[in-house]
Amino acid sequence: MGRLKTFGRRAFLVGSVAVLGGVAFGAYVVRKPHDNPLAAGLKEGEAAFNPFVKVTSEAVTIIAPHADKGQGAQSSQAALVAEELDVELEQVRISFGEPSAAYYNTAAAAEIAPFMSFDESLTARTVRGALGAVVKVIGVMGTGGSSTMPDSFDKLRMAGAVARETLKRAASNVSGVDVAQLKTERGRVILPDGTELRYEDLAEAAAKIEPVADVTLRDPSQWRLIGKPMTRSDIVPKSTGTLAYGIDREIDGMVHAAIRFNPRQGGEMRGYDASAAEGMRGVQKVVEVQGLIWSKDADGAMTSRRGPIGVAVIADNTWRAFQAVDAISFDWGSAHYPSEMDGHWQAVADSFTEDRLDAEWRHDGDVEAALDGAQVVEAEYRAPYVAHAPLEPISATIRVDADGAEVWAGHQLQRFVQMKVAEALGLDDPEKVIFHNEFIGGSFGHRLEFENILTCAEIAKQMPGVPVKLTFSREEDFAHDFPRQIGMARMRGAVSGAGIDTYDAQVATVSSSTSQAGRLGQPMPGADSQIAAGLWNMPFAVPNMRMRAYRVPELAPTSSWRSVGASTQGFFGESFMDELCHAAGLDPLEERLRLVNNPVHRKVLETIGEMSNWGSPLREGRGRGIALVESFGVPTAEVVEVTATPQGIRMDRAYVVADVGTVVDPVNFDNLMKGGLIWGLGHAINCEITYSDGMAEQSNYHAHEAMRLYQCPVIETRGLENASKIRGIGEPPVPPAAPALANAIFAATGQRLRAMPFNKFMDFV
Amino acid sequence: MKITVNGDIRDVDVEADMPLLWVLRDELGLKGTKYGCGIAQCGACTVHMDGLAVRSCQVTAASADGAEIVTIEGLGTPAAMHAVQEAWVEEQVAQCGYCQSGQIMQAAAMLDLNPEPSDSDIDAVMSGNLCRCGTYPRIRAAIKSAATKLQEA
Repeated sequence: MGRLKTFGRRAFLVGSVAVLGGVAFGAYVVRKPHDNPLAAGLKEGEAAFNPFVKVTSEAVTIIAPHADKGQGAQSSQAALVAEELDVELEQVRISFGEPSAAYYNTAAAAEIAPFMSFDESLTARTVRGALGAVVKVIGVMGTGGSSTMPDSFDKLRMAGAVARETLKRAASNVSGVDVAQLKTERGRVILPDGTELRYEDLAEAAAKIEPVADVTLRDPSQWRLIGKPMTRSDIVPKSTGTLAYGIDREIDGMVHAAIRFNPRQGGEMRGYDASAAEGMRGVQKVVEVQGLIWSKDADGAMTSRRGPIGVAVIADNTWRAFQAVDAISFDWGSAHYPSEMDGHWQAVADSFTEDRLDAEWRHDGDVEAALDGAQVVEAEYRAPYVAHAPLEPISATIRVDADGAEVWAGHQLQRFVQMKVAEALGLDDPEKVIFHNEFIGGSFGHRLEFENILTCAEIAKQMPGVPVKLTFSREEDFAHDFPRQIGMARMRGAVSGAGIDTYDAQVATVSSSTSQAGRLGQPMPGADSQIAAGLWNMPFAVPNMRMRAYRVPELAPTSSWRSVGASTQGFFGESFMDELCHAAGLDPLEERLRLVNNPVHRKVLETIGEMSNWGSPLREGRGRGIALVESFGVPTAEVVEVTATPQGIRMDRAYVVADVGTVVDPVNFDNLMKGGLIWGLGHAINCEITYSDGMAEQSNYHAHEAMRLYQCPVIETRGLENASKIRGIGEPPVPPAAPALANAIFAATGQRLRAMPFNKFMDFV
Repeated sequence: MKITVNGDIRDVDVEADMPLLWVLRDELGLKGTKYGCGIAQCGACTVHMDGLAVRSCQVTAASADGAEIVTIEGLGTPAAMHAVQEAWVEEQVAQCGYCQSGQIMQAAAMLDLNPEPSDSDIDAVMSGNLCRCGTYPRIRAAIKSAATKLQEA
């Protein structure tokens, strides 16, 4: 019921199609076949038509296909449609829809391309275009990389405009009044005499006509919603406990499952004894779970084979399932990575070699010549593994039927969920898997992974016809998270009379992108731009500047962690920039302003300087630090102010400025800017994942806490709109936070922090 | 066991040591109370027991026997919100929202006992409730605003 279909009507630029008792509208996004080499390869019914607006006699429904993990994507997507459709959010139903290639992300690939965000050269545009095509080929319907707004901004407004104009045409047919005399407002077409026709009542008439193709988007001066404070559509449900997340889903006849995997990631389960668990109250079944067991071959390449990786208990209550899993004894195999941290750090340190050079991303001037005979400033930095640990533990609910499966879970790669479940169940067609995306209680990258989905599918196929909800305990969530990349940077630089003259960065990290893609079974050819992200694209015209990225052989499995490569590389790059400023005896903001290489970033720096009252005197024991990092195309500057108290460092105030081209909702924007800063600061001060005996030592939030309310500084934010393209704000506020804090601590105490987490070196209030 | 939940007396037949959290979620179907850590580190499962904010993951069914429990569903509804919930909506506190049931229950209990909390009172009482999205500045603002609303009421 109510499933939206996709339609192969490639001939139309825009289209409408009858649905049960109504009409659906979408913006046609694939170009003519001869312009688009991909169109020929598309199956009938794929990608040609993407419905975003459905109007029936009962309701106007907006399809917001991007996953919502707390960033307000559902509400923001709906607002873009509503802007042109002339409806208010409280009048419409909003749905994630069903996975379809038609919802492929037009923006996700653009930022993978190795060009400065403001580089619009032919080469840059060509490469971005080619990467975009790859995304189209696999029909990725994905949310990540702060791409929801770039992907949706034109597409969804267009869908709203087409629907509005078609509804007006339908109203004209019904009333006999010329279209030019019709207005639209609050979900109604208004006739000159004041008569109001509800969109719902026009659904049938609209379904009978060709869609109006000739529509233009409104000028920004006419926007009712965009740029003005909005009320998120999920805010009341989230404030009253009435919003159901994936973990809250109830399906008739559902049973509860808990899992215990080998705590050595990717290791085999050699044996187990579940006799104590089997008789426990509420326990219905104990099942062995198969999955991929990973090892490294002689060349260091990762290989996998299928085998037993853990045991699940199915019970009538989540807690009973947790208790029963705890009662099982196991014999675990070893991990493919070093069992202790010394081995991990050694592998990183050993990777600064020619044969591990992943790419030299930048070389301006001549670094070697410039450093020859100069007074060289050198420093080494470290960034640890860190967990995602969203507050909603990962979960999934799956029912396996005779000819397919139905899945309820929150996920950022919706089409891949269908593919992975089909694979696990031996289904020939991913379309036999019906996927219902759910609201997500935080992701930070974890919901790009498939452990919850794959494991639940493995369990559910042993319980045919029964809906199985798998809930990870917090401990299992920590033990089996795929943390942020571990890495180091080795920096050299020199200053002259004019200021910073030479900046030579070498960074070595594992490739979280390759680790992640490996689990998906996807190849990741070429260099990984995330190893250099936030570093190679530092927006500074230092006369001699070089950025070399080294790929550490795979260690513990890693994954995308909010802001990905820039979360560590931004710390390295902007901390060392600060060191060089101090070596030159120059003000860190003034020197950055002297070196900044484009007007958009310059304005960001000038604004943060004004907001933070940079340069005004501070009491003894206080200090300010600044950092500017570009990630996902968004230049973001932050200033942190700290006081060194006898009890430790106190974070007093912080400022954030970012340029995203267009701020869609200033309220949500402010909330996400503050949240990103807090995320960056909290993890920098006290979070890391360490392995001992191959197992993560941090099992819960007591050992991986991040920021709590009493530590939170007073924060001011500002969004600028000078950049030429709209960008997302989920990730960009993260990378500058750690270096801004470290630089502030240096200013306050003279102590330079070159490794996270900082609480290894000092206390925080 | 008999537990009064949001004014209704509920009969539950569970192990004495089953945490109240799972009685509420899996036995009584009240999903507004969230599981986050299970060890009283995150506060997502906060409910009121005889008027006090408690971590329901640490309260056993046996100790809740005979007690009066209020969950987020009993504090207010979308149609008739508690002042704290109204403030949470007006300040648009939530991002992912998963911690907010617990934050709201903790804040409501604090304001019951301390109608005019100082900044340091708020810091002290609310720091047991973890928010991974970083909505702390808005939580502070919403508590101030709820305090004003409750004073005026």
